[in-house]
Amino acid sequence: MKKTDKLQGKGVSRRTVLKGGAAIVGATAVTGFPTVWAQQLKDVTINHTGMSYSVLADIGRQATKDLGFKVEMSVTDHPGLTNRMVQDPKSIDVADSEIWQTKIYVPQGVTQAIDTRKIKLWDKVTPLYREGKFAGKEVSREGDSPYEIMYRESKDAKSFHDGPTEWATFLPGVYNADTLGIRPDLVGREISSWADLFAPEFKGKAAIQNIPTIGIMDAIMAMEASGAMKYGDKGNPTREELDKTISKLIELKKAGHWRALWNTFDESVNLMAAGEVVIQSMWSPAVTAVKAQGVKCVYQPLKEGYRGWGNGLALMSHLDGIKLDAAYEYLNWYISGWVGGFIAKQGYYISVPETAKDYLTENEWGFFYEGKPATADITSPTGEKTNSAGEVRDGGSYEERFSKVAVWNNLMDEAEFLFAKWNEFNAA
Amino acid sequence: MTASAIDRAPPETGAEAGPVASARRSLLPTYLQVTPLTLVLLFFFVIPVALVILVSFFRYQILVGIVPEFTLKNYVDLLTNPTTWSLYLSTLKFTVIVLVVTFVLGFWIAYFLVFHVRNLITAIGLFLVCTVPFWTSNIIRMISWRPVLGREGLINTALQQLGIIDRPLDWLLYSDFSVTIAYVHLFTLFMIVPIFNSMARIDKSLLEAAVDAGATRWGVIWNVVLPLSKTGIALGALFVVTLTMGDFFVVAVMSGGLSGSATSGIFNDLQFLNYPRAAANAVILLIVVLLISVSIFRLVDVRKELLR
Repeated sequence: MKKTDKLQGKGVSRRTVLKGGAAIVGATAVTGFPTVWAQQLKDVTINHTGMSYSVLADIGRQATKDLGFKVEMSVTDHPGLTNRMVQDPKSIDVADSEIWQTKIYVPQGVTQAIDTRKIKLWDKVTPLYREGKFAGKEVSREGDSPYEIMYRESKDAKSFHDGPTEWATFLPGVYNADTLGIRPDLVGREISSWADLFAPEFKGKAAIQNIPTIGIMDAIMAMEASGAMKYGDKGNPTREELDKTISKLIELKKAGHWRALWNTFDESVNLMAAGEVVIQSMWSPAVTAVKAQGVKCVYQPLKEGYRGWGNGLALMSHLDGIKLDAAYEYLNWYISGWVGGFIAKQGYYISVPETAKDYLTENEWGFFYEGKPATADITSPTGEKTNSAGEVRDGGSYEERFSKVAVWNNLMDEAEFLFAKWNEFNAA
Repeated sequence: MTASAIDRAPPETGAEAGPVASARRSLLPTYLQVTPLTLVLLFFFVIPVALVILVSFFRYQILVGIVPEFTLKNYVDLLTNPTTWSLYLSTLKFTVIVLVVTFVLGFWIAYFLVFHVRNLITAIGLFLVCTVPFWTSNIIRMISWRPVLGREGLINTALQQLGIIDRPLDWLLYSDFSVTIAYVHLFTLFMIVPIFNSMARIDKSLLEAAVDAGATRWGVIWNVVLPLSKTGIALGALFVVTLTMGDFFVVAVMSGGLSGSATSGIFNDLQFLNYPRAAANAVILLIVVLLISVSIFRLVDVRKELLR
């Protein structure tokens, strides 16, 4: 891919990749059905709704191809998803939500629990979600950890069940562990702690994300790491703790510490690529995007650990009969490998990693999952080179990341208070 | 069509209803003529605003949205919250600055185009040049300031290479300065067009008469051109005020999220489905903008001036 016409080239290269992807068609899931059934199944359309980072048109296209019925993807934002699930549940079939969002929609009774016996690879789903363990060890329960919301008592239960049942809240999907992004060429020293986000030497060169529920977590990690405060539960702070944290953010803002507060993915990319900011909250694909522009950028592992997040696919209550069967077919397909391979290049992980292995080259598998140096160039899903041979993936290996999650994205009890305080931070 | 419809309308019953009926008949075309606009306003203005006002009195349940129970909480919350006041204050500050700058620019550009450029074709040509930036989207026009104002941007690099400064100027971007620059860039044309329009209608002989009567150049501008451009200035001011007051995007992008506006408060509420409070905030904003508009129209009777 030529570097000069990146902007214009994007659409083309995306399509090129698609063609490539089409060549490696996976197992056809609909074989073995009676013909009539298959005929009816062909007329089914499954609507998959969720956020832009996991709801990708490519996934819908591939699913439609492999499954024989139509899977359409529709993108919304976090509030938009919960809003639609609750206010207009029939407009969605499969909801792709974040872990913490289940706390909003499960009590509303708009989804049906998933019968895990109908998920062929259920036993292969990462224990991170299924058992709250990773690599044999307990995973942090601060914030909304996946295991806490994983199960329900029955299909229609409106609350979570403590401990495994046969009814899952959702099918674990993509997930990752986030950290800070830095410009190694401009920070001028080693960055090893979340406290560096507040470090005075980065005055006017630091940024934090302006999405309260996530931005506050980055702030809390930095607060605790800098020794300014100790939290009872970083994932569920009290009013007083929030008050002090936001006061600190405001104090920093008034002192000119923040170069910007970013709202969107592309803003975070531009801030970093233009050198306006040298250390900031970042999402993994944003780091990839900065690197694709030929600018040095590192997703820096920090000693206090990561901020974990995860998604899952929930089935809406209105699904029944053939449509429900189709939805289950889709869920089974989703974790059967293609998605895992595709999403890995985006920097995310899939709930059944071993199936993704079949859709990644040995080089890519080693690079994305095992923390090995790349043996050949690594490209993004759209075909741009993101890493050269010999480089190691930043942010740590799969195992390193998830055994060191410090806190999970969450919907805290004091969320409303947080939103009010965050507005204050914005207006200060 | 309308005429034949009236002809075919059945006559009203009773002789005493006669005059009333004929009056009604003669009004019918008028009513038919205003119907389309009334319907448009009803469906796209009155009903939505009524809904917003209704929702502003509903209760909010966290991340679920609207619960239809009457409450004044949204208004009380907003009006007693210092954040609301500081957001409005900051919006008003930008509005006043932008209004002054766009007026000064707009007035002189229009003045130049109307009175200095003798050739009408040239004037129209130059006027079109003013609209050139509008051929691209306003997002692009706004974003394109970043590489100019940024830390490693055009201005900073140039100044550093000339040796005028040794450290990049940080206040150029992500500051009140950059927000103002973007607003002025985006909104000046809205000032130029109406002022140009009213100046173009000034009878040139008035200016000659003023000069003949001994007025100085400034006297002519102050006593003749300015008063006769009032309509244009008022309309331009109205555009600029409503655009600036209703903006959250320019301020968010150009201040790097560091400044807010009245509308960004609404946007933040919408992120968490707090439609009731967002609606209450929208109603407050509507009232503020209406008050400003009313005072502008108090100063200038636009309707009278337009019929002049």
